[in-house]
Amino acid sequence: MQNQTIFFKNDIKIENTATIVGPKEHEGPIGRYFDKFVKDDLLGQKSYEKAETKLHVSTIKYLLNKSGYKDGDIDLCLMGDLMDEISGCNFTMRELDIPFMGVYNACATFAESLIIGANLLDSGNFKRIICSTSSHFSTAERQYRFPLELGNQRTPLAQWTCTGVGATLLNRENGKVKIDCATIGRVIDYGVTDANDMGAAMAPSARETLLSHFEATSREPDYYDLILTGDLGEAGHRLLILLMEEKGVRLKDNYSDCGILIFNRMGQDVGQGGSGAGCSSSVFNSFVYKKLVCGELNRVLLVPTGALVSKTSNLQGESIPGIAHAVSFERI
Amino acid sequence: MIVDYLKVFLVGGIICLIGQVLINTTKMTSARILVGFLLTGVLLETVGVYKYIREWGQAGATVPIMGFGSNLAKGAIKGTIENGLLGAITGGIEAVAGGIAGVIFISFIVGLISSSKTK
Amino acid sequence: MNEPNKEYLELVKKKMPKSHHLKTMFRAFWVGGLICCIGQGFNDLYTHFLGSKMPEEDISTLVTLTLITITVCLTGLGIYDKIGAYAGAGSIVPITGFANSVASPAIEHKREGVVLGLCSNMFSVAGPVIVFGITSSIVVGIIVLIFKGAFV
Repeated sequence: MQNQTIFFKNDIKIENTATIVGPKEHEGPIGRYFDKFVKDDLLGQKSYEKAETKLHVSTIKYLLNKSGYKDGDIDLCLMGDLMDEISGCNFTMRELDIPFMGVYNACATFAESLIIGANLLDSGNFKRIICSTSSHFSTAERQYRFPLELGNQRTPLAQWTCTGVGATLLNRENGKVKIDCATIGRVIDYGVTDANDMGAAMAPSARETLLSHFEATSREPDYYDLILTGDLGEAGHRLLILLMEEKGVRLKDNYSDCGILIFNRMGQDVGQGGSGAGCSSSVFNSFVYKKLVCGELNRVLLVPTGALVSKTSNLQGESIPGIAHAVSFERI
Repeated sequence: MIVDYLKVFLVGGIICLIGQVLINTTKMTSARILVGFLLTGVLLETVGVYKYIREWGQAGATVPIMGFGSNLAKGAIKGTIENGLLGAITGGIEAVAGGIAGVIFISFIVGLISSSKTK
Repeated sequence: MNEPNKEYLELVKKKMPKSHHLKTMFRAFWVGGLICCIGQGFNDLYTHFLGSKMPEEDISTLVTLTLITITVCLTGLGIYDKIGAYAGAGSIVPITGFANSVASPAIEHKREGVVLGLCSNMFSVAGPVIVFGITSSIVVGIIVLIFKGAFV
């Protein structure tokens, strides 16, 4: 490991992926890439928390079905979400007979689970690992912001938490896409306190991670066909371009953001774009993975970003620490 | 008649407009906005200014939460003059008892019946 | 490490998008004005029918109750938050905004039970209004008690 970056000794391959999203995400510009969508984001459950759990269970079961495996064929699930004590995942795993480890890095959780999963596979002790994250607009809104029916105005910087789950099945044998290296980010806090301005809270950590990654790998941004941050949103995305220019690295047209891709910002009233732990995972496991498999993309750098905010610490005047991990994918 | 409604519209509109300026410039949330206007209403009533606004703007001055604050102050002043210390304590809440009781009762009933909707 | 990066915060302030002042202010103005006019409408209606039997203050309470009832029902139907998203302060500052901030957490937390969910969270947003309102009214009362001459 050098400069926070891990180069894997073996090929860690993506055997399969699955995504299920909510109605709004389905209507978005990349809606047709998702495997499935639900018309009613309550899924006939009694609460949105139960709905998110059901969405997660369905995605994992669909992934198993799709790849022809049973619960027992999977060695480990690495999962996370945004609810208290990642309770959504805990209840999800109640329905499945697979060993489980919960992870949390806010909206960067998907990258965290991929990096841990890839390392465990690299060690040779595991055969198949599922990495997945979920988020749901209605559970995140009530936990981090206000009741759904409260008539307040969203600030121009607000983002829209995606309702969706993305799951990746990693192994060492089969697959057309491999993870070749990954950079683990440090927590960076420049003192942003506005909980609505998550793009600004996360952009510095995304820069640190990107700079470390480029230095450790001696790659340029042009090396990748697509560099994709997690959920900086439109404003945060522009801010990161600016921040990178300060350090002499130019991000060009090959740089985008999952939060921008998943929604149509003009027509869907989502503020700066999508956010949430399910944002990067559902965009990567559908749109990006399918483009990698069919050869439209060859090398992709996914940099999910997380704003490590809690309602209590924010009320106590703490600023918002940011985190970002980078995972590099290559078509085989 | 129409002139009266224009006055109501103008006063109510301007009060809300000031609230919007506060939201835009200070990022205050709705709870803080409500408290701020309420206290302003209490203050303006106590120093005796609000009654002129109310006379001119009618519902334009009573419907905003400032009117709620002015009612509290009005009740407290009246209660104190009539009943002394006890009136100082009960006067304010007596004046707005209808509103508070109403909002609790109706919210309880509606809360039992309905659930938050998909956004 | 924990020091705020002032340079960065300046950059954020300069570069991040801001509210559209004119648009949001116009919306707050006309919706707020309209809600007050509706209040005036009810006031005139009640005065016309009940004016002979009721003092002015009771009619005013009746108007408040009417507005509160309408708002809470609109909140229950999931409409008021859409008005709020459009109008901002225009639907927060009127008494209807207060009613909405009582009803919305009540509805939201019903799933955690009636007692510990609905009831105990009912004032999680609007609680400060009641606390500050009652406290300030008592302070006013005490001031009046001290300077009685000025208020009679």
